[in-house]
Amino acid sequence: MNTPLIEFKNVTKRFGSHTVLEKVNLQIYEGQVTTIIGLSGSGKSVLLKHIIGLLHPDEGTILFRGKALSEMKKSEISSSLHQISYMFQGNALFDSLTVYDNIALPLRETTNLKKAEINRRVMARVELTELTEAIHRYPSELSGGMQKRAALARALITDPQIVLFDEPTTGQDPVRKNAILSMIAQYQRKFNFTAIMVSHEIPDVYFISNRILALYNKSIVFQGTPEELGNFKHPFTDEVINSLENLQKELTGLYSRRKFKVLNYAQLKHGQADENYCVVVFTLSDMDTVVAGLGHDTAQEIIHAMGLYIDKHFGAIGGFSTRNKANEFVTVLPYSDMTEAEKIMNEFVDDFHKRGISDIWAEAQRRAPSDQCVDFAIQAGIAEGRPVAEIDSIIDSAKSQQKEIGRLRCAAKE
Amino acid sequence: MAENENNQQSLGNNEEYRPKMFLMQPFIFIGEKVIRWINILGTATIFLFVALWKTFRPKQLPKVIAQIYYIGASSTTIIILIGLFTGMVLGLQSYHALSKFGAVGGLGALVSLSLIRELGPVLTAIMITARAGSAITAEVGIQRISEQIDALHTMRIDPFRYLISPRITASIISFPLLTAVFDLIGIVGGYITGVLLLGLNAGVYSHSIKANVDMKDLTDGFIKAIVFAVIVATVCCYQGYFVHTRKDSHGAKAVGLATTSAVVTSCVLILVSDYVVTSLLLI
Repeated sequence: MNTPLIEFKNVTKRFGSHTVLEKVNLQIYEGQVTTIIGLSGSGKSVLLKHIIGLLHPDEGTILFRGKALSEMKKSEISSSLHQISYMFQGNALFDSLTVYDNIALPLRETTNLKKAEINRRVMARVELTELTEAIHRYPSELSGGMQKRAALARALITDPQIVLFDEPTTGQDPVRKNAILSMIAQYQRKFNFTAIMVSHEIPDVYFISNRILALYNKSIVFQGTPEELGNFKHPFTDEVINSLENLQKELTGLYSRRKFKVLNYAQLKHGQADENYCVVVFTLSDMDTVVAGLGHDTAQEIIHAMGLYIDKHFGAIGGFSTRNKANEFVTVLPYSDMTEAEKIMNEFVDDFHKRGISDIWAEAQRRAPSDQCVDFAIQAGIAEGRPVAEIDSIIDSAKSQQKEIGRLRCAAKE
Repeated sequence: MAENENNQQSLGNNEEYRPKMFLMQPFIFIGEKVIRWINILGTATIFLFVALWKTFRPKQLPKVIAQIYYIGASSTTIIILIGLFTGMVLGLQSYHALSKFGAVGGLGALVSLSLIRELGPVLTAIMITARAGSAITAEVGIQRISEQIDALHTMRIDPFRYLISPRITASIISFPLLTAVFDLIGIVGGYITGVLLLGLNAGVYSHSIKANVDMKDLTDGFIKAIVFAVIVATVCCYQGYFVHTRKDSHGAKAVGLATTSAVVTSCVLILVSDYVVTSLLLI
């Protein structure tokens, strides 16, 4: 693999007699979304503050593009850190400045740009983060979500190459959390920055992360992809991931991917060797168009309502579902063959045509009203699995069978 | 540190050394306090000089003007009010005292010299401490505990240049100006009681001022005002900026305690330094 953008080698940090980080080793690569997960108070924010230079290690080395920060000249450190922006957990917006002034502050204070150019750049970020109506308001007059967006706009105003997000979804409801994560993922793709995020929003962060770092007991115990984390056997899994996933189940009604797989495995174990099951994969197509037309909040409300609708329908007949990707749900119908599953699906599709799609739209509109309307379609595909087969391959097979089961037509609604 | 503790423990366990340790305790206590105060004084001095140095960086003028408006212009009303009544009560008391010696003609000189040399700078500084100094500590303290100062670091904006320097510079400019306003209004206050209410001749009052107040009196008053400005601004900014290092409390409570501490320390230092500066100016 390439030289890591940021690397920690045996980094230890103590506050008095209390050790927060102990011999931490990690690598963060350029152009990726890397998420550091761990329980509250485990030292995630402390780790992040070492990257931006707000804290310095007591022992160990931090390397930036392969070069130790401790060996760099002051000007080199300054230029390295200049590429980094930081979004604080509590936003750290200046409460005596308006949203506009908060976003413009880094440009006014650190560049010699003309007023008109600063205004152009600020307004571009304001539009991007959907804050046009709030620019003359003070942070205390904004909702939590808007404050997050203002902090994000300020973090992005200098076109940083690396953005650090310290628990960007803290204090938000489940839908808003996903809206913020979706927004981060969208901007990361658009501006191609390296995102380093601290979060305990498991499993939601998996949908947008390329790499996961697990901080447990003062050290990094796992580095890898979200899929690899699924096969990771460690006390961290039981103590941290499971506890956070259980919380997630209570909030959304859907199982986490890990729980979903465990449940699937348990069903198969209790069933007969020749008892097949079916997997249905639902996808909200054109997610980017929906986000562009309706905004992150409404888009996430649609996803949320869609998940609840699927769970309500299939949960009643013994099925169980999970959110597999940002815009994808997977449902398992245990002890069902293809014929039975197709019959169940036909009933679902009938109901979906009659009221499902309009209910989803109405629910999304009720919770996050939007003046706009965007056509969107929901696709579904079924595949039959045998107990010996890996569920991931059956999911792939179901995806390849997907066809449109419903479409919201704005013209028809008008 | 650990070695020192071990030594103390071993001394404490030794019967022979116990009486000596008992005798040493007050000196240890005083020594620790003195070292702590010297540390704070050193840090505050560096804090002041760094802030002053950063005044001369680009883009500072608008921030200094904004702070002059906040610390100076917005305090004018209260300074006028306090100055007026101080002058009036000074005129009233002095008139009755002077009349016992048949020297009411010196009322103008007494009122104006008292105000220009002493009461003007001191009362102005105390009033600005109460009004603007406490606000500076609270504002900077809240910015510290809500990570706004850390945010400045991450944006590569020097918090000293952005927050501290304009406040200290604005104080140094505002204090003498407000002192001048206080002196002037105070003299008018003395005129109101002495001339308008108690019947002293207006010409006698003004002549007494003109004959007795010279340039040195004015300069000494303004020197004091500048010294008080440096003290008040440094103490108030320092308390707010380092609020997170307080060991007695955290968060909002720490900001409250820092604000109280800033006002009390400033007032005490104003009076102590007033004596020291007066002594030096009289040499």
